[in-house]
Amino acid sequence: MLSSILPNVNWESMWEATTETLYMTAISVVATFILGAILGLLLFLTSKGNIWANAPVNKVISAFVNIFRSIPFIILIVLLIPFTTFLVGTMIGQNAALPALIIGAAPFYARMVEIGLREIDKGVIEAAKSMGAKTSTIIWKVLLPESMPALVSGITVTAIALVGYTAMAGVIGAGGLGNLAYLEGFQRTRPDVTLVATIIILIIVFIIQFIGDFITSKLDKR
Amino acid sequence: MISIKNAKKIFATKKGKVNAVDQVNLEIKEGEIFGVIGYSGAGKSTLIRMLNGLEIPTEGSVVVAGNEVSRIKGNNLRKARQEISMIFQHFNLLWSRTVRENIAFPLEIAGVSKQERLKRVDELIRLVGLEGREDAYPSQLSGGQKQRVGIARALANNPKVLLCDEATSALDPQTTDSILELLVDINERLGLTIVLITHEMHVIRKICHRVAVMENGQIVEEGPVLEVFKNPQASITKRFVQQVTEPEETKETVQHLLDLYPQGQVIQLGFVGEAAEQPLITNLIRNYSVTVNILQGKISQTQNGSYGTLFIHLDGEQAEIAKAIDYIHSQNVGVEVISNA
Repeated sequence: MLSSILPNVNWESMWEATTETLYMTAISVVATFILGAILGLLLFLTSKGNIWANAPVNKVISAFVNIFRSIPFIILIVLLIPFTTFLVGTMIGQNAALPALIIGAAPFYARMVEIGLREIDKGVIEAAKSMGAKTSTIIWKVLLPESMPALVSGITVTAIALVGYTAMAGVIGAGGLGNLAYLEGFQRTRPDVTLVATIIILIIVFIIQFIGDFITSKLDKR
Repeated sequence: MISIKNAKKIFATKKGKVNAVDQVNLEIKEGEIFGVIGYSGAGKSTLIRMLNGLEIPTEGSVVVAGNEVSRIKGNNLRKARQEISMIFQHFNLLWSRTVRENIAFPLEIAGVSKQERLKRVDELIRLVGLEGREDAYPSQLSGGQKQRVGIARALANNPKVLLCDEATSALDPQTTDSILELLVDINERLGLTIVLITHEMHVIRKICHRVAVMENGQIVEEGPVLEVFKNPQASITKRFVQQVTEPEETKETVQHLLDLYPQGQVIQLGFVGEAAEQPLITNLIRNYSVTVNILQGKISQTQNGSYGTLFIHLDGEQAEIAKAIDYIHSQNVGVEVISNA
């Protein structure tokens, strides 16, 4: 039945491409979460009136974040080719896509982390200080837990953007559903392959959104 | 317990330098409830934040419980802060933590073991009367309950000093009174020194032993609460005292009464301490041939005695009225003739 509607779809390679997309998304989401949280924390802590207030450092990080956030992803991949070949040894395959994915998404997420941290009531940070808390305690026990719903909803949005980025990375040889849709579907004029790849990507996006919303609502006790 | 010497705090703003705190000297004794009152912008917030090093004075020194808070830094300051707790106008609880976890937070900071934390938190929950709400989140609590959590949290590490930064200003009058009662109870039971800032004279009247009045960064008046109530010197102090001794509508009422009783005299009496409990009016009517009409009155309790005001209208022969007023004078009661009718 299915093969008569979708004559060109090779389910085995479709499944393989799906796992490749999931692999690239998962690794890059985890790395983006960590790197973005660190950058976001630095942006927040070095901004005016905060614990490590330091205008020059803040400006440098801010400029770095803005630059990498502004470069279109497809161009970023190309620009990063020397860096990627140095780091991964090749520029073909899923692992080769990771540096570009992470460097593209982490600054974007860092801004979201910064916004989430800014929403924390200054009084709460002051209360922790007045209890004699160290900066590390304030970060781990006040800043991160209090902004967690914002951090999670931010990483949800970023993860969805990353699914899109993996498809773009696929076009230049990283594998995954984007690669399959482009090479098998578009270049060989097999629209059914493109359609199925698109539907699978949509399903992945919906699942990410659902999980993200669920965790956010569980965490938010406000 | 607390000694502030020549403290000055200058903030650089866009409009130039602002003297938030200007040459303040204060001595606060152990076990005392000390109030600082002033309108917003008077510098009282900056002053109280100097006491735990959240603000560092530009000049002068601040010593609290043997630590020179204005000079120490790093670990010493953090250790000192565990002995100087603070509660806030907007409570500043962590919304991501339950009541129990919020109260445990300062204990975590102090490195208390988990078992001891649990024990101590239970004690504190009983102390502030939050039994049954241990696992609620702040968003599920009323304002008064949140402040109780704030107080429990502040007491967790057995501090020597409790700073209250407008702690009741966000609460309704009834809840304010219950929180104030809790503070007095803690002060008496634990011998804790309490410093509070407020813009409500009601709070000062209710729980403070001594009060300082702040205006433009300076302390314009200071003394035992009853003394200040009895004999306010600065005009700002008089205004604050009026807040509690005279209902707002008094002026209008008096004007109305003056129109209504063109004969005789309207007199304001001020009672302090024991004088407030004498049968003054009875004696007045018995011994002088005047008619006494009570117009309006109020007695306020303070931590060191009661203070009252009474508006009466006296009618009769001029000479009798004069004698009656002399009698009142002799009874250690303040007399102020409002205006000749």
